[in-house]
Amino acid sequence: MSERTSARVVVVTSGKGGVGKTTSTAAIGAALARLGDKVVVVDFDVGLRNLDLVLGAERRVVFDLINVINGVAKLPQALIRDKRLENLYLLPASQTRDKDALTEAGVGKVIGELREKFDWIVCDSPAGIERGATLAMRHADTAIIVTNPEVSSVRDSDRIIGLLDAKTEKAERGECIDKHLLITRYHPWRAARGEMLSIDDVLEILSVPLLGIIPESEEVLRASNLGSPVTINAALSAPARAYFDATRRLKGEQIAMEIPSESRGLFTKLFGRKAA
Amino acid sequence: MKLFNLFRSGGTAPVARERLQILLAHERSARSEPDLLAVLREEILAVIGRHVAFEPDKVQIKLDRGKSVSTLAVDIEIPNGSRVGGIAPQYSRLTLDGGASSMNKQVA
Repeated sequence: MSERTSARVVVVTSGKGGVGKTTSTAAIGAALARLGDKVVVVDFDVGLRNLDLVLGAERRVVFDLINVINGVAKLPQALIRDKRLENLYLLPASQTRDKDALTEAGVGKVIGELREKFDWIVCDSPAGIERGATLAMRHADTAIIVTNPEVSSVRDSDRIIGLLDAKTEKAERGECIDKHLLITRYHPWRAARGEMLSIDDVLEILSVPLLGIIPESEEVLRASNLGSPVTINAALSAPARAYFDATRRLKGEQIAMEIPSESRGLFTKLFGRKAA
Repeated sequence: MKLFNLFRSGGTAPVARERLQILLAHERSARSEPDLLAVLREEILAVIGRHVAFEPDKVQIKLDRGKSVSTLAVDIEIPNGSRVGGIAPQYSRLTLDGGASSMNKQVA
């Protein structure tokens, strides 16, 4: 591992549900760990946790974020170490319905402790703009806004960008939170035919720098099914390569942006599967 | 189905893009002006309430945002003989309409 610089707190957020926050948190968290950094991914979706499932750790959850906040468990007891990547840890959310258990002071204290142990703290935000979502972004240095090239997702992302600029600690100190756009579920052939908002359309509307473009792929679904992030499970697949590139950009490397292109045969063009 | 789509000219993305641009321009301006309608409602009702009694749920306030002009419509049902003080109202319904010129600066 490279020598420890100061930790970075990243929130993966979107406003809208189902755009790929949890999948992206898992994929980027695993990619950071594979690149040698020490990473914890934190699930903020109290009552509807899923990061444990996507990471294949659902049967190893004993204590969770709220147990740590309430003092029922110590932080090291709640952290689950990944079985494949020794640098990757998970802090699961609670399945309790009591969202009020997530307090601002409690979350701040846990994030502070995590900053001392890890290079990256990647917070998986719940959908919406309620308490869980605002607390997930509250202490972030950097935000990854996950957006699908589709009207409702773009609108919700715009709303979230407004919150990031107003309600985070960094914003309240008068600093600007570092924002990146991650476009997921991108269908190159649909964009080419003008059926889907293009990358340029989304960038122009949201005016946030682009971190990466993840093409729609069955590999992503396969990875979730198996409980193994796509960057571990199919590291050479198109979505995994896009996630690795995005991760390197997050680390500050300059990598040319590759817009996924159409690589489908005539048959699939004419009679292509219906995408989920 | 797909074969048929190939012959259809142009996609729907440009429409999506234009709708988003218009909508977000409004939503962004509304964000810096938090809930203008709620503020207007409260203040207008406070002023009217000083002179006549009315039921709060018999009040309709509508703000229509257009591209260059927005209109504000206030419709209040007032029971006859419900004055609080001063002159008895001659009307059963008070309608204030077309606050457009003063609204423009704030919402356009």
